[in-house]
Formats: sequence, structure tokens, C-alpha cells
Amino acid sequence: AFFWLVSLLLSSLIWFIAVKASDPRDQPLQKGLLIFGVMFSVLLQEAFRFLYYKLLRKAIEGLVALSEDGCSPISIEQMAYVAGVGFGLMSGAFSMINLLADALGPGTVGIHGDSQLYFLTSAFMTMVLIFLHTFWGILFFHGCEHRRWWEITAVVVMHLAVSGSTFCNPLYVGSLVPSYLLMAAAAAWAYLLSGGSAQNLRRFLLCK
Amino acid sequence: MITFTNNSDSEEEPCNERTSLMSAESPPVPSYQDGLQASEAGEAQAHRKRRTGSSRSPNNIADGDMSDSGVPVRESALENEEEELTLKYGAKHVIMLFVPVTLCMIVVVATIKSVRFYTEKNGQLIYTPFTEDTPSVGQRLLNSVLNTIIMISVIVVMTVFLVVLYKYRCYKFIHGWLILSSLMLLFLFTYIYLGEVLKTYNVAMDYPTLFLVIWNFGAVGMICIHWKGPLQLQQAYLIMISALMALVFIKYLPEWSAWVILGAISIYDLMAVLCPKGPLRMLVETAQERNEPIFPALIYSSAMMWTVGMAKPDTAARGPSQQAWDAGEDGRENHRSPSHTDSQMSETRSPVPTRPTTSLEELEEEERGVKLGLGDFIFYSVLVGKAAATASGDWNTTLACFVAILIGLCLTLLLLAVFKKALPALPISITFGLVFYFSTDNLVRPFMDTLASHQLYI
Repeated sequence: AFFWLVSLLLSSLIWFIAVKASDPRDQPLQKGLLIFGVMFSVLLQEAFRFLYYKLLRKAIEGLVALSEDGCSPISIEQMAYVAGVGFGLMSGAFSMINLLADALGPGTVGIHGDSQLYFLTSAFMTMVLIFLHTFWGILFFHGCEHRRWWEITAVVVMHLAVSGSTFCNPLYVGSLVPSYLLMAAAAAWAYLLSGGSAQNLRRFLLCK
Repeated sequence: MITFTNNSDSEEEPCNERTSLMSAESPPVPSYQDGLQASEAGEAQAHRKRRTGSSRSPNNIADGDMSDSGVPVRESALENEEEELTLKYGAKHVIMLFVPVTLCMIVVVATIKSVRFYTEKNGQLIYTPFTEDTPSVGQRLLNSVLNTIIMISVIVVMTVFLVVLYKYRCYKFIHGWLILSSLMLLFLFTYIYLGEVLKTYNVAMDYPTLFLVIWNFGAVGMICIHWKGPLQLQQAYLIMISALMALVFIKYLPEWSAWVILGAISIYDLMAVLCPKGPLRMLVETAQERNEPIFPALIYSSAMMWTVGMAKPDTAARGPSQQAWDAGEDGRENHRSPSHTDSQMSETRSPVPTRPTTSLEELEEEERGVKLGLGDFIFYSVLVGKAAATASGDWNTTLACFVAILIGLCLTLLLLAVFKKALPALPISITFGLVFYFSTDNLVRPFMDTLASHQLYI
């Protein structure tokens, strides 16, 4: 969570500088800067995920060295999951909390002609992002562990795609549907990587 | 300050530790090493509380701040075992400290957001005489710096006073001071707080009921904190008085002064605990020399003592182990800054292989706890509360400061495990908190607002 926060800080710093240095009345430029800011932020987030992976790797080595039986009490997969959840929670909290606070007060949604489903779609979008961050955490760490660069690039590309799809908002079908599809794909991938299989799933569902 | 304390040294220790985190006035077991640090920390806390005291209760603040200072680090011969245990229980300690700090912050933020009283400006403390309603920015800055200097010097004077009192064994005075300050906190501040909350929610309450409620609350609090009581209740009371103190600070410190004071006090903390001539360090060393327990009244301890009902033979058997342990304890002792977290090292018990005590040792392993000074609680909550009160980005800033402080606490505990001496708990957390507050408020907020208005997600 902390690492995500730091990445957000740095990316907003960059965006802020860019905005201050440019002409505020030029709308397309502002939009362009915003897009640039978003993409840069995504890349920074992934970079910080990588840094966090490096840190956890060192921590695991330390734990293994100190433990009695040569294996650390917490595996890298668990750490990947926790890291993903941390990233997701922080990102979700930052996206939603002001919305929620405002939702407590009086007002009408979409009174100026904007979409009336603002809160609903925000909630769904946040949820899908939190899930995605969790899955990306697992995929990313797995890719780093086994040196499969294509997995890492896949995660980065997915993140960029999801963020990019939100540019279609308020045409929600353009952003929510692809995001959910990507989430299902990432979920299946992460599940398989974590050692699950169709058989496990069947056994679990049938309560064997 | 964060200090490590051993839990089970004497038969009385477990009793005291378990039932009352803070021993009352006089040190129960003079030869007990552990208590020594606790009392030092307590005095330090009392001292600190007094230093930062508000116009109403100078004692409280000083007390709150100082409590952490004592932490003797006991190096045991079995360092490896110790390290392992430290790391193993380190995570538990971190969680044990996260919960109360989080609770305190939640109480403060909830109050700030709902009760209007604490964000209104109704005057200032006498410790910050310069006003901030000045026309120019330079003047305002100057005033806040002057306020800070006055506040910090009050704190330093109080700390030195406490050390002097402790050196000359004026225990009764210190105890009286502590009792007076907690009396004020528990009764007067609670009365005001309750009044404001009732006003906010427009709930009518008659005076007899109010009197009954406050009397019970205050009386139980006094007993719990200064004498014996269930651990959870004691922790709850400590959290409540820290929150009350923090609210007073948030209300009565002018804006810029508050931020400068936060910065200055973490620097002071660093110096007071780590410099050889620092008051807190001297306090710890004096307490160590005398083998006395420190006043636990102003430290939050998360230790759980399981060895309450020790049978006679056990205690007898623990005698020798106690000696060895005490001897071992003589050498270590470092007070960290106002907040010390004590982690109990079980290895001190392990060197003594007495048969009846092995079961004790096993039990005692559960007793490891961490002690954090109340001053730390207070200043963390002040930072988060100020962020909640004054930031225009509202919840994002508050959340960012919260995460920053917790991460700072984590790092400090990590350093504690590495260095095994009393460490100041304020500097790292407050630095992170301040950095995140200012950057989130000025940089992240416009970014997130723009993103939210276009419904973009990153």
C-alpha cells in the first residue's frame, strides 16, 4: 500500500509540474496531459511493484537464513498475494473514498447532464480494479520469480489497457466490459499459476 | 520511545504486568530490572506530558510524552536465539502496536469529522502565545517558529525537572503529579468531550446522569491506570486519554505552529533519546543503576502476562532465574525517545535451566510485549487529526498520512529489533507523515480530483 502511495505521489508530481508549465485554457492540451499523466502513473505503479518485489525477495532471503529449518514462514506466493491486495486496496480507497463521503451528503447525481449511473459505475470499476491488482500481483511476482518477461509485460499491457479503456467513460460499455473480461482472464491465469486446476475447482465446488 | 521489556522476571512482575500495565506509585520490586525501565519510561512520560501540557493540564501532556523513554535492552548470550525470536515475534509486536495506534487515530478522526467544536478556533494555549492572524506570511511564519521554540523549551524544562526529581528520589512528588494529571484528563476533558458530542447529536442528558457516567468512567480509569485492572481495559483507557489529549492539541494549536511543533518535537525526541547527555537517556540509566521499575503509568504496553497464578514452588524456583536475569539486565537499558516499545525477550529466561521454570518459560514466551509511550500515540493522532481537519482533499490526505505513520512505526520496530535499544518512535513516522501530508494535499489532490471528474482510473 505504501509503495502504491509513493508511486501515486511521484506520478502526480510529474503531472502537476506538467500542468503548471502549460497553458490552462488549452483544453485538448489539458486532456492530452491528463492522458499522459495516467499512462505515466500506470508505468510508475508497475515499476514500484517491481521494486517491492525486490524488497520482498531480500526479506525472504533474510527470513530463510534466520529460520531453523531453512524455509521461510511465508512463501513468495503469499507475499505476492498480499502485495497485490495492498496495491488494490490503496488504489480502491483513493478512488472511492471521496466519492463515498460525498455520497453521504445531499445532491442529485448527473443533474448537469452527466450520467446518472456515476456512483454505480464507479463502484464497479473500483471493484474490478482491486481484483485486477490482486491478480496482477500474483502474475507479476511469478513472472519475476521464474524470469518470464512476457508475463511481466502482459501485466503492464493489461494495466495500460484497463486504464486506457476508462477513457471511454461515460460510455461505460467501453470500459467496464473489457475490464471484467480482462479480470476473468487474469483470475484464471493467476489461479493456474498458483497451482489450481480444473480438477481442484470441481472438487471444491462439489465439496469433496 | 520504544523499548523492550522482559516480562517475567519476578513473581511480582507477572502479577503487575498482567493486571496492571503500569505499576502505581512506588516500584513494587526494587530489584527488578524490568520495572526500572518501565518506571523511567513512566516518569519520562509524565515529564513529557507535563512539558507539552495544555493550558488546562500541563501534567497530562508531559506525562504522555515521556512515558516511553525507558527501554533496557538485554543482550543475552544466546543472541541468535534472541534474534530469531525477535523476528518471529517482531511481526506480532507490530500488529500489537498497529491496533491501538489505529484505534486512537480512528477515534480522533471520527471526532474531528463530526464534532464541530474541535475545529473551531477558540483561543490558544499559553504555551503558544503568538497569534497566527497576521497579515503577512513572513510574520505568520515567524510567529509559528517562536511558538514552537517556547513549546519545546517548556518540554525540555519539564523533562529535565523530571530527571532531577527522579535523581533525588522525590517519588511522592512524581506520583502526585501523575495522579493529578490523569485526574484532570479523566474527569475534566471527558466532561468537555461528552458535552460537545451530546451537543453535536442534539441529545439531552440531565446532570445527575452525566455525573454518574463521568464519575464511573473516571474512577475506573484511575484505578485501571494507576493500580490494577484488566489489561484490555487499561489499554482502552490509555487509548482514550491519548485521543483526548490529541484533540486538545488539535483544537488549541494554531495551524502552522502545529506543523512546526510536530517537526521540532521529533528532532528533540531523536536527540533526547540518543545523545549521551539527553535527559531521557539519563533517566533510563539512573533507573537502571538503581534497579527500579519505571512508572508504567504512561506507557502503553501490549504484553500479556499468562503467569499470574504461580504456585509457590514455581516462584521459589524462579528465584535463581530471577537473579541471573537481573544480573543480565544490568547492562542494558536504553531509553528511547518519548515512546519506547519494550519487547520482552524470552532468552533471558532461557539461560536458566531450572526444571520448574521451564513451563514458566514457555508460558512467558507469550508474554512478550511491546511498550510504546503515550506521547507517541498523542502526536501520531495529532498529525492525522490535523490532516483530517485542515486538508481540503479530505479523506485521501488523511488516509495517506495514516499509512505513512504506520509504515514509519513498522520501520522503527524493525530498527528496534536490529539495534535492541530504546529508540525514538517519533522521528521516522512524523517525517513520513509530514511529507505525505504536504505532498498529498498539494500534488495528489488536484490529480485525483481531475481523474475523478473524468472518471478515469489509474
